[in-house]
Amino acid sequence: MRHLLSAADLDRDAALRVLDTAEQMAATQQREIKKLPTLRGRTVVNLFFEDSTRTRISFEAAAKRLSADVINFSAKGSSVSKGESLKDTALTLEAMGADAVVVRHGASGGAHRLATSGWINGSVVNAGDGTHEHPTQALLDAFTMRHHLVGQREPGAATGEDLAGRKVTIVGDVLHSRVARSNVLLLHTLGAEVTLVAPPTLLPVGVQTWPCATSYDLDSALEGADAVMMLRVQVERMNAAYFPSAREYSRRYGLDARRLRLMAEHTIVMHPGPMNRGLEISADAADSARSTIVEQVSNGVSVRMAVLYLLLAGSDDVDGGTA
Amino acid sequence: MTTYLLRGVRPLGADPVDLLLADGVIADVGPDLAADGAVIVDGAGLVALPGLVDLHAHLREPGREDAETVASGTRAAAAGGFTAVHAMANTSPVADTAGVVEQVWRLGREAGWVDVHPVGAVTVGIAGERLAELGAMADSAARVRVFSDDGHCVSDAVLMRRALEYVKASDGVIAQHAQEPRPTEGAQMHEGDVSSVLGLAGWPAVAEEAIIARDVLLAQHVGSRLHVCHVSTAGSVEILRWAKGRGVDVTAEVTPHHLLLTDELVRTYDPRYKVNPPLRSDADVQALRAGLADGTIDAVATDHAPHASEDKDCEWAAAAMGMTGLETALSAVVEAMVDTGLLDWAGVADRMSVRPARIGRLEHQGQPLTVGSPANLTLVDPVGRWQVDPAASASASRNTPFAGRTLHGRVIATFLRGRATVLDGELTGP
Repeated sequence: MRHLLSAADLDRDAALRVLDTAEQMAATQQREIKKLPTLRGRTVVNLFFEDSTRTRISFEAAAKRLSADVINFSAKGSSVSKGESLKDTALTLEAMGADAVVVRHGASGGAHRLATSGWINGSVVNAGDGTHEHPTQALLDAFTMRHHLVGQREPGAATGEDLAGRKVTIVGDVLHSRVARSNVLLLHTLGAEVTLVAPPTLLPVGVQTWPCATSYDLDSALEGADAVMMLRVQVERMNAAYFPSAREYSRRYGLDARRLRLMAEHTIVMHPGPMNRGLEISADAADSARSTIVEQVSNGVSVRMAVLYLLLAGSDDVDGGTA
Repeated sequence: MTTYLLRGVRPLGADPVDLLLADGVIADVGPDLAADGAVIVDGAGLVALPGLVDLHAHLREPGREDAETVASGTRAAAAGGFTAVHAMANTSPVADTAGVVEQVWRLGREAGWVDVHPVGAVTVGIAGERLAELGAMADSAARVRVFSDDGHCVSDAVLMRRALEYVKASDGVIAQHAQEPRPTEGAQMHEGDVSSVLGLAGWPAVAEEAIIARDVLLAQHVGSRLHVCHVSTAGSVEILRWAKGRGVDVTAEVTPHHLLLTDELVRTYDPRYKVNPPLRSDADVQALRAGLADGTIDAVATDHAPHASEDKDCEWAAAAMGMTGLETALSAVVEAMVDTGLLDWAGVADRMSVRPARIGRLEHQGQPLTVGSPANLTLVDPVGRWQVDPAASASASRNTPFAGRTLHGRVIATFLRGRATVLDGELTGP
């Protein structure tokens, strides 16, 4: 694996390799000394063209716990807004000797362009590109699902297992969601059955070609679901006539106490954050015992450690140092 | 003036014959013509076509001489077998006055590679608010007959109606860039299966088709001539076929790239494939080919859109829309239409020369290859192959979607009023 640009880059074996490595990483995080020497002397650049504190600090924590040198490069204002071009930024990073570039970009394909234009030699990790993909989010979501639904919350118990037959319902603004795109691809690869639920305006034309089912009715899609993932919805969308009002959206597509009761005992509630409490998810749902929302954040660090490790250190043992 | 004797060429692919070019006209046609003092061109195996006529090219001058000039763009045109090009109006300043169109026309004359016919803007500054001085442009030395806000749609139905009516006085035509503005705000690519996966904002086919449907009805209502630029969808072809069946005076063009390329290429996120209207599905490509073959679509027009490298060497969303096309147009048509058996060489001549000349009201272009016709013609090696090397382009820009691709059909010679602009496959001096 040279880059991680799309969840589609991972076949079943490669995806399991990341998840299993993340299990090992998570185990090391229970130790008194969390830092591993694995990436000592390597440089990881967090190149963020969009604000995203949570994703950036997650990658930063992951890289630091692997002993990599971390440079945070906040390049808000891309060439779209007449700042420095992506190309010149990339050439600058290359000149500084970046071994890996973690990039968040507002343009779909931004990470792809960075990786394939010959501007840099290092590995590129897509930390979210426009409305395209966010593969490490999908990996941490899969990690969380596997832990709960396959491993029965026993650390490491799900190692080597996929999500075959598990039913996942993803709800919300699929049209503009990079999280949804990456999740559909990865969950399909891992054998899960995905149903997307949204008002018809927020499902893209062409969604019928995706490897998943779709529905406009949330109540029926909660039945039999093993995991329910709520997507962030921007209130401003109603100004572009995607839905009439926040209240109507919440009533039809929000996860509230009533809908919580429709779920099976074991069903988990997920959200990539940041949440709009009261819009797509009520406090009852967000704070319920089923909620894995906080756990997703800590799993994010383990998964990103695994990704950086596999990209930069290859197949060496997790605890071993590499030059 | 040099006299040329073209030995054994095949006019529109017919049996070999000699053509004598003298004093700017085709002086003689026949077997074994005498060649007193004439430069002899061995035309064995070459197809002779009337010089190609482009209804739609962006020569970028005045304003963006870093991307193209009238001189560099018309060199590219001659290399591609053209003897006339229409230069689009979206320059800076916009070609919306007699002064600007005369300047562009004069630059074309000075360069001398092809006849340059400026297109006049429909509205002042291409702003879509009030009519530009269409009459003054028509009466100027540039004799403008084609008017377009290309790049922008004349979306206001009242303004479009008035423009259609007004240009009747000078036998003009409105060439519409059919794009309903609201459904295409921020659009990045064709809306469909591929856009859903790539997360790029979609440009729905209906935004083109709705404008074409409205405009053909408007043109019928006021009895005007309408031309539709760069038709890109199967639905548009259907609407045009219906309108022509009803007797609406509408003509349409398709670009070489829409005949050959699909939105699958966007999966690379390589901005070379970013163009407006966008590359569409394979079903659209097939419908466009069929429409061009049956004459529903009248002409191939390049929409040659050169861009400086920094406007393409970036992320998709930041990139400019457009691709170069003058040098590759004929080869693209050969691959899409001739190799597939959809058009013969007479058909190619009709769609790339005769009909576009008629739409633009160019009397000296698109004429039959017979005695007395102006000696505007091009010789094509129908089986010649060439690999597209952007660095070798005569255009000042490098944004060809065909870089590295081997194309069929090579332009060997081009004559503008009897003067060779291309000979032995190389540009000559003007």
